[in-house]
Amino acid sequence: MELPDVPDAPTVAARLRETGYLCDDDLATVVFLALRMERPLLLEGEPGTGKTALAEALAATLDLPLVRLQCYEGIDATQALYDWDFPRQVLHLRALEAAGGDVDAEGAEKSLYDERFLLARPVLAALQQAPAVLLVDEVDRADDEFEAFLLEVLSTYQVSIPELGTVRAATPPVVVLTSNRTRELHDALKRRCLYHWIDHPGLEREVEVVRTRAPEVSEALARQVVTVVQQLRTGTAAGTLQKPPGVAETLDWARALHHLGATEIDLESAARTVGALVKYREDADRVRQALDRMLTP
Amino acid sequence: MSLQAPTATRGPDEVLLGFTHALRAAGVGVTHDRGASFLAAVALVGLGDVVAVRAAGRATLCAGPDDLDRFDQVFAAFFDPRGELPRSRPAPAGAPAPALLPESDAGAGGAADEDEEVVRAMASDVEVLRHRDVAALSPGEKARLADMFASLHVRAPVRRTSRHERWRRGDVDAARTVRASLRRMGEPAEIAWRRRSLRPRRVVLLVDVSGSMSGYADALLRLAHRLTHALPASRVETFTLGTRLTHLTRPLRLREADRALVAAGETVPDWSGGTRLGESLGAFLDRWGRRGAARGAVVVVFSDGWERGDPALLAEQVARLQRVAHRVVWVNPHRGKAGYEPVQQGVLAVLPHVDDFVAGHSLATYAELCEVIARA
Repeated sequence: MELPDVPDAPTVAARLRETGYLCDDDLATVVFLALRMERPLLLEGEPGTGKTALAEALAATLDLPLVRLQCYEGIDATQALYDWDFPRQVLHLRALEAAGGDVDAEGAEKSLYDERFLLARPVLAALQQAPAVLLVDEVDRADDEFEAFLLEVLSTYQVSIPELGTVRAATPPVVVLTSNRTRELHDALKRRCLYHWIDHPGLEREVEVVRTRAPEVSEALARQVVTVVQQLRTGTAAGTLQKPPGVAETLDWARALHHLGATEIDLESAARTVGALVKYREDADRVRQALDRMLTP
Repeated sequence: MSLQAPTATRGPDEVLLGFTHALRAAGVGVTHDRGASFLAAVALVGLGDVVAVRAAGRATLCAGPDDLDRFDQVFAAFFDPRGELPRSRPAPAGAPAPALLPESDAGAGGAADEDEEVVRAMASDVEVLRHRDVAALSPGEKARLADMFASLHVRAPVRRTSRHERWRRGDVDAARTVRASLRRMGEPAEIAWRRRSLRPRRVVLLVDVSGSMSGYADALLRLAHRLTHALPASRVETFTLGTRLTHLTRPLRLREADRALVAAGETVPDWSGGTRLGESLGAFLDRWGRRGAARGAVVVVFSDGWERGDPALLAEQVARLQRVAHRVVWVNPHRGKAGYEPVQQGVLAVLPHVDDFVAGHSLATYAELCEVIARA
């Protein structure tokens, strides 16, 4: 099976828009290039700017399965590639024994390393299901040994299993890596990838995002919410916030306000929903102060 | 609008490659394969669309936010017929002064008993130097001390992971034992043992480079360099605090200590400036610390606690740091001196929130510090 064809960058943008993911021209071009050049896409940026969401939207647009590999400190190849299902192997041996007859030892052992006892972890799963979208999330959390291993898989798109042979993807998967820059990634990995830095969206685009992702929220409320959030990110309060809200928080807040039946932000509804927007006690106080200044004429 | 090449006679590939050269001159690490990817990408999006060419260049030639800024400048200048190319990165300001040879090689000639005399004298000299305050050393003594940093015994702090590894004693590894016996068709096999495996913890060094610490900056960076190279790769991150925050890990990766220090010196913009410890600590936590660099790490802060800003803010930030990090070690160069009392407001604000408060004015105290880090 081939990858669905995309003729140019504007088509990518339009298709992503259909799934509710709004991207600018730069990002659309990079995605288009990643698809055509069959190169992994490395996304960096502030948390909550839609790095993971892009992979989900891509899978939806291209109508491909999304395979997700969440990285963490200490992750190793067996958790990314494959493992043998040991309990089922033992059970299988017991079943052979119970069935009686003469059990051929060699044959029994061979039958243990059958594809049905193979637990495909995300990377192998993505290669087997190809074409697929493989999301390697928060790759900066993994150790550098794991990065080296990823590099190998991403340059050959094949995995060898000693007992079974080599699994090669018929079509290379579309690979999206995300990083929060808790540490520098290796140059070798970066060179393999196309790089893109995702910024927070501008006012109009973010209003559009809220309107598409949460259509139940009224236009006026959406605009007001986004104005406040953008103010929090860039205004005088920005430097003092421990964690400025991302787009995901904007959406949460808009939905929370909507569920409370608010049609516009007032101090009371804001105070009750501020937990959707910021996740630190100190930040909540600062947001309340900032809102106080913004809302009192 | 289409791209205006600086000279019309050259082919498009040549112009694009010329652009990659300009980019390299501006300090972006453009390799050949990156250049090739750039050409391939431009071939896909077409030369006619400036916005797309720019996006293709950013995706293939850049590796971080700093690169993106430089890229934008060079791109604007290169493809604008009126613009001037940005000048290349300024050359390093003069070669580093060659370090004096350590005088410990002195005992090369002379009679045997004379030799012994010299060696003993040198040994005690070294011992004295180990305990001297580094801020009070002459340049010659500093150069000799520099070589002694290599003798520091450095071990990585470790944590237990949730995974197990094979070990010759410990708990019985049931799965492996059974698997081994299955391999022998159910015959009892050797018993396998396992233990929780160990991983090195990250070590984060925050070096105060304000005016009051200037006498110690050289020694502290040498210490940071020693730690960077003695501990497992990418387990040590170094930052300087002053009026602003500077990430110093990359320059310190240079193998040779003197070259690394020169590179570090060029990177830090605020040597011997004022101290806004609270603010720069806050910046560290926001941009690096909370996201993972300091999480579960051993964080070592080198500072005398002379805070110009608000001590309350400093206390708040150190408290945050302690909540994120595994252990916070505060190194104060004045701590080990006779008659020292922690009276500065900055130090008083910080003390309730640090796990260790240690001295850091001589090589001997740095050796002790390495021990504190290893046991953290």
